[in-house]
Amino acid sequence: MAATKLKARFKKDVVTVKALMNHPMETGLRKIKETGKLVPAHHITEISCTANGKEVLSANWSGGVSKNPYLAFKYAGAKGDEIALTWKDNKGGTETVTSKVK
Amino acid sequence: MNANHKRRVFLKGSVAAGTIGVAASAGLLAPAAVMAEWPANAFSARKVPDALDNLLGSNATEASDKIKIKAPEIAENGAVVPITIESGIDGTESIALLAAANGTPLVATFTMGEGAKAYAATRIKLGKTGDVIAVCKAGGKMYSARTGVKVTIGGCGG
Repeated sequence: MAATKLKARFKKDVVTVKALMNHPMETGLRKIKETGKLVPAHHITEISCTANGKEVLSANWSGGVSKNPYLAFKYAGAKGDEIALTWKDNKGGTETVTSKVK
Repeated sequence: MNANHKRRVFLKGSVAAGTIGVAASAGLLAPAAVMAEWPANAFSARKVPDALDNLLGSNATEASDKIKIKAPEIAENGAVVPITIESGIDGTESIALLAAANGTPLVATFTMGEGAKAYAATRIKLGKTGDVIAVCKAGGKMYSARTGVKVTIGGCGG
């Protein structure tokens, strides 16, 4: 599984953070056609993003967010800020990625 | 007879291993509780007002043209619909994103921390044609905006 991509760019006092996660985002409502069985829910529930250790954005998600989710947000920051993004899914899976603002 | 006995032993062993597995995953889940609790009852609500009630404690929202939702008018593929929300309301603390026509309308909530702009972009699934609603909380009040998205191929179920 490819890791989450995290990019942050500084422009005119504002840092734009863009993240692309790698996750199936199953709602738990989809059926396998051949067997008629439901695919169990498996989606990201919580996201936390920090800049220099301070939380700038947190999010709660349902399975209604698309597969391999994309997230972008903006905050007042500076070049060189340390960005960290952590996601957790409903099966206990988690990943943390870090990046520097360019 | 002997083989059967071994099979019994094996079964017992695997049951025990299963218990350990459950215990381990329960342990793994514990750190999630430290973060803001995931509002399960809001995400499982089947109607927009219910979802807002469960999430924010009220469903009284004031329509505001300061909230901008960028979404395609026609989404060819409902499984991937890009949505951008930007709020021009001062002191926007959080944004909730809902898809009115989805079975469970609440899709995502974003909470702005210190210095964060009232801006969030993501891609969501839309089951069928319907409104995309953004609810922004600012200074104890709730503001909302909505925009219609026409879906030609649904993105839920299959």
